Amino acid sequence: MFAYDSVILARMLTSMTLVFHIIFATIGVGVPLLISAAEYVGIRKRDPSYILLARRWTRGFVIIVAVGVVTGTAIGLQLFLLWPTFMQIAGHVISLPLFMETFAFFFEAIFLGAYIYTWDRFKGRYTHWYLSLPVIIGGGLSAVFITSVNAFMNTPQGFTLEGRTITSVEPLTAILNPATPSKVFHVLTSSYMTCGAILAALTAFFILKYGNNKYYKKALKLTMIVTLVFSIFTAIAGDTSAKFLATYQPEKLAAAEWHFETEKGADLILFGKLTEDNEIKGAIHLPKLLSFLSFGDFNSEVIGLDRVDADLIPPLWIHYMFDLMVTLGAYSIMISMLFLVFMFWKKRDQYNKWLLRAIVVNAPFAMLALEFGWIYAEVGRQPWIMRGYLRVAEGAVSSPYVHYAFAMFLVLYVLLGTFVTLILVRLYKKNPIQKEWEQRFPDTLFGGDQR
Amino acid sequence: MSYEVLGLSALWFFLFAYLIIASIDFGAGFFAYYAKQTKKDHILNRLIARYLSPVWEITNVFFIFFYYGLAGFFPDAGYYYGSAMLIPGSIILVLIGIRGSFYAFENYGSRSSLLYTFLYGASGLLIPAAISTGLTISEGGFLREEGGSIHLRYTELLTNPFSWAVVFLAIVSVLYISANFLTYYANKAGDEPARKILRSYALFWSAPQIIASLTAFIAISRQNPEHYNNMLDLWWMFGLSVLFFLGAVYFIYKERNYGLSFICVMLQFFFALLGYGIGHMPYILYDQIQVTADATLPAMGTALLFAFGGGLLMLIPSLILVMRMFLFDAEYVKGKK
Repeated sequence: MFAYDSVILARMLTSMTLVFHIIFATIGVGVPLLISAAEYVGIRKRDPSYILLARRWTRGFVIIVAVGVVTGTAIGLQLFLLWPTFMQIAGHVISLPLFMETFAFFFEAIFLGAYIYTWDRFKGRYTHWYLSLPVIIGGGLSAVFITSVNAFMNTPQGFTLEGRTITSVEPLTAILNPATPSKVFHVLTSSYMTCGAILAALTAFFILKYGNNKYYKKALKLTMIVTLVFSIFTAIAGDTSAKFLATYQPEKLAAAEWHFETEKGADLILFGKLTEDNEIKGAIHLPKLLSFLSFGDFNSEVIGLDRVDADLIPPLWIHYMFDLMVTLGAYSIMISMLFLVFMFWKKRDQYNKWLLRAIVVNAPFAMLALEFGWIYAEVGRQPWIMRGYLRVAEGAVSSPYVHYAFAMFLVLYVLLGTFVTLILVRLYKKNPIQKEWEQRFPDTLFGGDQR
Repeated sequence: MSYEVLGLSALWFFLFAYLIIASIDFGAGFFAYYAKQTKKDHILNRLIARYLSPVWEITNVFFIFFYYGLAGFFPDAGYYYGSAMLIPGSIILVLIGIRGSFYAFENYGSRSSLLYTFLYGASGLLIPAAISTGLTISEGGFLREEGGSIHLRYTELLTNPFSWAVVFLAIVSVLYISANFLTYYANKAGDEPARKILRSYALFWSAPQIIASLTAFIAISRQNPEHYNNMLDLWWMFGLSVLFFLGAVYFIYKERNYGLSFICVMLQFFFALLGYGIGHMPYILYDQIQVTADATLPAMGTALLFAFGGGLLMLIPSLILVMRMFLFDAEYVKGKK
């Protein structure tokens, strides 16, 4: 029999909400960029295929945003319900970015409402497209503000804490803490990358299922370019994050890299397994690469876990999360690059079945990479909720009813997950592209050739 | 005025705005379901959908503003409420989750279903009932401190006549406000059959609304005499509120000035909530959290006010844009766009 532990339950409930919310939040931030890009290309080239693409993506997008709104409301309030002590202290500081995040989301929601209902209402060619810009900006800014809150939990600054009371505060210093730039960069690029991967995967799936034509080719080219560009940016952002960690949060990097001894010219350890005596087995050692990744110098000194208090070492299994994130991210770069290389190098067929299949699996891979990355970021902060100031166990609610809340939300998320999938599938099945194309452009064959 | 009073005023504003906008939204959901049940949906639901579709996300945001704002200006209030509201708060979130998603499924999805309409109709009445427990708790006597943390006294909350009076008030107010607004909207759309039905709803819910208001008012006297006496000193505000109530009912009954009637409804709640709020001072949560003593630090309070001001500067023009596109665009309202 386990003792009732409200801290563990609070962590479980928060994790569950975040794992679920991240999917919808990522799509909410990233997909507007692709919709806007498609519409822009369509207007620019006077090609209705791209505009139809934007319209069809938008239809599914609003449903996902709706679920994102409610899961976002949930995590926002759960911060108070599950972490009241944390919010009592940190609320003095982080309520500003939280507040601004809400404004940014509000801005996004208002213009999204305007965007989805005004497709054919304007005379100017670009007028409707302009409405997509505040949607992208609003989504991006809400990601910036919310990420700054998470960054603050990792490198808190801009306040003085005496006991349980904050006695002075500099709100902007807190928002612009050292973790903010690299985290924001990483979050934004990985959102755009993941959304590119998802929409590319859907297109590839349809090509496999219904055969290829011009419409799908245009969609796949656009989405694969976005995926490649942002996969590369995500990798650069990841590198920036590693450099940030090496300086400001060395224990997180050391735990993820199984870097036990502080040393110069540290090896990068990939994959492998850790035995019970903390021995690394079956790993690939890349000489001096960790030093290079940390400071841009093969001989720099990287702080190891030997310099960290034993009770402040994060769980070492985050190494697996880190490896999975990096591997899946690399897969995305590789696949999208392969596709574009084949596209320009005429000897190879970029639409061959195996490549298309590889593009299809890239979508779940990219989303998983995102989830693993967040698990790494959050678990890597343990045991702290506010690094150096407040431990997770001290921040949590003390209530005998947390399991009821957990059960309620579990049912809610299962319900929402199931329904949103069914509804999206039905939405597109009921109005397949072939049918919509024929209604809109009766003079041309599906894909754009003259009848 | 000090930053904490300004902050509290901003919070009050969010609460008032949420009360009006969310009530319209929640009530509309319920009426849409009721119309389906009574086979009147062909008359009503297109009108309701045209109003609701562009605004539903906006409603939720006011609620988030309110709780972030509360915790920002008064972090201790965030602590007390956060600790106490675990279960009621989770229930609110689950209901909001069901309502928001099923609304979207029904409207943006490809099939309309009675189950979806029921889910968002019913949850729309339960959400205000659940949220109102927050106001109930603020009167004091429902929390207990044990082992250094705050716990809600569930039995006390569930057996207290005052808390049920508040729940009753919340539900009937939602239906009353919503019916009144939709009557105005139907009239604007020139939708005669819908206007007739909605007008009858508005009249039907007006008597229960005023009875529930008076009941809750009197119930406060037993729960929190201090607050009650403060409110009696502000009797003229509640008097104005009742006058505006009578005005609203008068116009609806006479079938004219529907716009003015809805403004009367807003003023009715404006003065009632203002009197309630001022009478509540200096406590945010009775006996525990005070406005001045428990406010956040000046630097943060000022920053929040600036963020609030800047946010409004950005939002008000955008809101006006959307309203001109949807709510007040005669062609859109009439369904021609």
